Amino acid sequence: MLIYGVANNTYHKNENIGWSVPNYWDAVALALIVAIFAVLGWTAMQMATPYNVGQAIPISLSPRSLPVYAMRTVLRMFIALFCSLIFTFVFGAVAAKNKKAERIIIPLIDVLQSIPVLSFLSISVAGFILLFRGSLLGPECAAIFAIFTSQVWNMTLSFYQSVKSVPKDLREVTAIYQLSSWQKFWRLEVPYAMPGLLWNMMMSMSGSWFFVVASEAISVANQHINLPGIGSYIAVAIAHADKTAIYYAIGAMLIVILLYDQLLFRPLVQWSEKFKFDEVLDERISRSWVVNLFQRTRVLRQVSVLFYLLFDKFVNINYLLKRHSSFFQHHLRGRQDPGADKKKNLKYFFVKWKIIPLLGDLIVFALFVMLLFYLWHFLVDFVTWHDVARTFVLGSVTALRVLVLIFLCSLIWVPVGVWIGFRPRLTEFIQPIIQFLAAFPANLVFPIVALWIVKYKLDVNIWTSPLMVLGTQWYILFNVIAGASAIPEEVRLVSKNLGVKGFVKWRRLILPAIMPFFVTGAITAAGGAWNASILAEAINWGNIKLNAVGLGAYITHYTRVGNFPHVILGTAVMCLFVLVINRILWRPLYNLAIERFKVN
Amino acid sequence: MEKKPLIVVENVNKSFKKSDRQDHLVLNELNLSLYSGEIVALLGKSGSGKSTLLRIIGGLVKPTSGRVLHHDQELIGPAPGLAMVFQSFALMPWITVLQNVELGLEAQGVPKQERRNRALKAIDIVGLDGFESAYPKELSGGMRQRVGLARALVVDPEILLMDEPFSALDVLTADNLRGDLIDLWQSENTNIKNIVIVTHNIEEAVLLADRIIVFGESPKNIRAELKVDVAHPRNEDDAKFRKLVDHIYTLMTMPDSETIDFGYKIIDIGYRLPDVQASEITGFMDMMTEYKGAKVDLPELADEFTMGVDDLFPIIEALQILRFVHVSHGDIQLSQAGKLFADADILKRKKVFASHLIKHVPLARHIRRVLDERHGQRASEERFLRELEDYLSEDAAERVLETVIDWGRYAEVFAYDYNNGQLSLENPD
Repeated sequence: MLIYGVANNTYHKNENIGWSVPNYWDAVALALIVAIFAVLGWTAMQMATPYNVGQAIPISLSPRSLPVYAMRTVLRMFIALFCSLIFTFVFGAVAAKNKKAERIIIPLIDVLQSIPVLSFLSISVAGFILLFRGSLLGPECAAIFAIFTSQVWNMTLSFYQSVKSVPKDLREVTAIYQLSSWQKFWRLEVPYAMPGLLWNMMMSMSGSWFFVVASEAISVANQHINLPGIGSYIAVAIAHADKTAIYYAIGAMLIVILLYDQLLFRPLVQWSEKFKFDEVLDERISRSWVVNLFQRTRVLRQVSVLFYLLFDKFVNINYLLKRHSSFFQHHLRGRQDPGADKKKNLKYFFVKWKIIPLLGDLIVFALFVMLLFYLWHFLVDFVTWHDVARTFVLGSVTALRVLVLIFLCSLIWVPVGVWIGFRPRLTEFIQPIIQFLAAFPANLVFPIVALWIVKYKLDVNIWTSPLMVLGTQWYILFNVIAGASAIPEEVRLVSKNLGVKGFVKWRRLILPAIMPFFVTGAITAAGGAWNASILAEAINWGNIKLNAVGLGAYITHYTRVGNFPHVILGTAVMCLFVLVINRILWRPLYNLAIERFKVN
Repeated sequence: MEKKPLIVVENVNKSFKKSDRQDHLVLNELNLSLYSGEIVALLGKSGSGKSTLLRIIGGLVKPTSGRVLHHDQELIGPAPGLAMVFQSFALMPWITVLQNVELGLEAQGVPKQERRNRALKAIDIVGLDGFESAYPKELSGGMRQRVGLARALVVDPEILLMDEPFSALDVLTADNLRGDLIDLWQSENTNIKNIVIVTHNIEEAVLLADRIIVFGESPKNIRAELKVDVAHPRNEDDAKFRKLVDHIYTLMTMPDSETIDFGYKIIDIGYRLPDVQASEITGFMDMMTEYKGAKVDLPELADEFTMGVDDLFPIIEALQILRFVHVSHGDIQLSQAGKLFADADILKRKKVFASHLIKHVPLARHIRRVLDERHGQRASEERFLRELEDYLSEDAAERVLETVIDWGRYAEVFAYDYNNGQLSLENPD
């Protein structure tokens, strides 16, 4: 036994629960907390008001109603984000730990993330309305679900990849000291995944603004439900061709994005610094005034100790300790209980004949066949071969659009990105701006384009296209900057020293170095463009209705009139296109870039 | 020995499935007992299976066959009473020193207050007082390993498993920690009855252990077992100490009986070539020139070149294969060809290297012959990889091919195009 000294080894830091006198900063911080909770609580109560289908919800275009609308939208987004987090923890972890589950979940997410958000909405809204009959909760849930589907996939994939890449020695530590799976999850896997997960949550939050309009102003199956929120406000403003209202909406969004960035994400980013695995201390730690504020408080910091203790209890819940698992008990007791041999034999029998895995495969296969059969049955009555052929043609048109646009964007943003990336101080300054641009919902610009198209009698098929990449082009710029700034200083100095310039410099130094980054950005941008095609190929402004030829417009059209077989057909074809293009174009390109051009 | 062993390793085999056709055998019918009151060192080159054995004893890796008994109980997973210290320290960077040390107690469900007291005591023992609230990032390597040690001590283990605990540290820090470990071992402040330490450092093994198990090449694992009857603290300049070190060097460089030939090494086509680059070989030969062909004591050489056994032995093996040196009884000496090579200029060196490569490395000879016969004088590396996989695991086959390609390119025996994986006889444009 270790001989433990008792009295002289008391530990003071954070443990002193004797309450101190609150200071001035406590008051400020407390006011901030109370205000946030009051607003959230009040807004949440509004969500469960009575509502019947068909009943019109008045949306006021007065700027005075915008704060309330903004709150409701933000609340929806955060509920969706929370659900995404839970989903991520469950499915990301299961996929990372169970090979069988991995083989199902990961391809499934691959497919799901290529399904346009609008399709999720059109399929789920009826069910949710039925579930919460007579309450606004039905449409609210449908909207939250749609937002959820625009946020969750990249988070889950990021978490899954992090958990899979937890260093082997840390895994061995948790094994040798016998942490239970539960403890291992909270003490090792979640912390390890945290920086990547947080980054993806911020991306998701930004990305989902784009879909807020579509999710709040539900216009499915000839039903029009406008849930109070910025999205509906924008939708109504578009329907009334009210330009001033659009400006108000943009202003409100700017403020909202700024607020949650300052109040939530900045502090979280600063907090997540400590989870970074780098061995060295980074001097450029991001700072947040909110964190500074709380660090100056006296009483509230002690409250945070309470939270810490609660988390400790949560991680160490008695029932989830390893000694409670049967295997461990049997080991501790040192004697096998009489039934164990029998159980072992039975288990052996199953394992030997691979019955359990076989059963699992069979069930999955059966489900898959049933789904196909059901889908086929559903489609065959309503959809002709002619429709199928048409969707493929439309899909090709949209695919062409996406590829041409990504190419054009690259021509512009690659040189710009490299120029910025070579200037570290400029990069630091410009990165938050691009982050904001990526968060800015591009659909607010749609009306302007619609007006131009009508005014100058432009070709709808060509001039609506740029709208698809308006929101996602930033990913290319983002990644190119990151790639250019990652080129080692020495390599650049050498090329300068050798007088490598112009075309040769691009071919030999810059392009190879940024290639992996660029491909990553292009993949993200292309994925986003497909999803955005649903909104960008069919734009409205007051009485102006512009429909381009494309798969996005096709899905939007059939969603509005409520023709589900066609929605499903369109969605399925879009999925197919995205998956096939990913397989034959992007993934090989990415592998090539990684293999050939990676600078260690 | 009438004392009852704490751990008995019985007929343990461990193979890793690398390809469908074949398993790679790491441990072969291994038997070992650990007794109370001894420090046991598992000494060997990397890849000799010593770390795998440690993990099997710790319950982290399941043996393919055979079993491990812990107090007569079959071990079926990590068990209480066994703690481990890792080469990379393996600390969670996001929690403080104190929380890291508490980890094992959390798993046992020890109440918070007791957890804290015991952790503080363990931190005290390893001499990290005052750093309880520091994060691992803030600490030096030596201090991090002290945290790793405290984390092991706090669960009050009976057997302490250490996986190359000092090899990531600089010489002075490692020395310092070794001394502290022995002090801890002798202080009886702990309940530790046995320490198993994996190392590739011969001096370290002799300095710490009461018993040294020398690991050889894979199929036959344990090459020798030595007792060290020297009281602590041991002096590295002591004659007995030096003699033991010399003896182990001899043991570790002794070729397996079936491949022995006047201090050289004869190999077949599927031989696992050591992971050594041509540049390392030439560099080593450059250093050898200063001995002018005289016999040199290996420990002395290692000391002179400041090379660990893990760096030194693969190079020596490569030189034995190429017949540039003889090795016998822990001494190394340049051969006739070795002297020729060492004194030559760059171009001449390549010629000598090329002729020895073709003559003594069957794989290189085979590749060259295939290329000579081929129309167009090209062949894909895949082809040779498949052939090698008849003898080696997928992983090892890749490494061996990589090595032989590196040697062949240096000797200009053949060329290689990274982009398409083609071997050829033509010079690159």
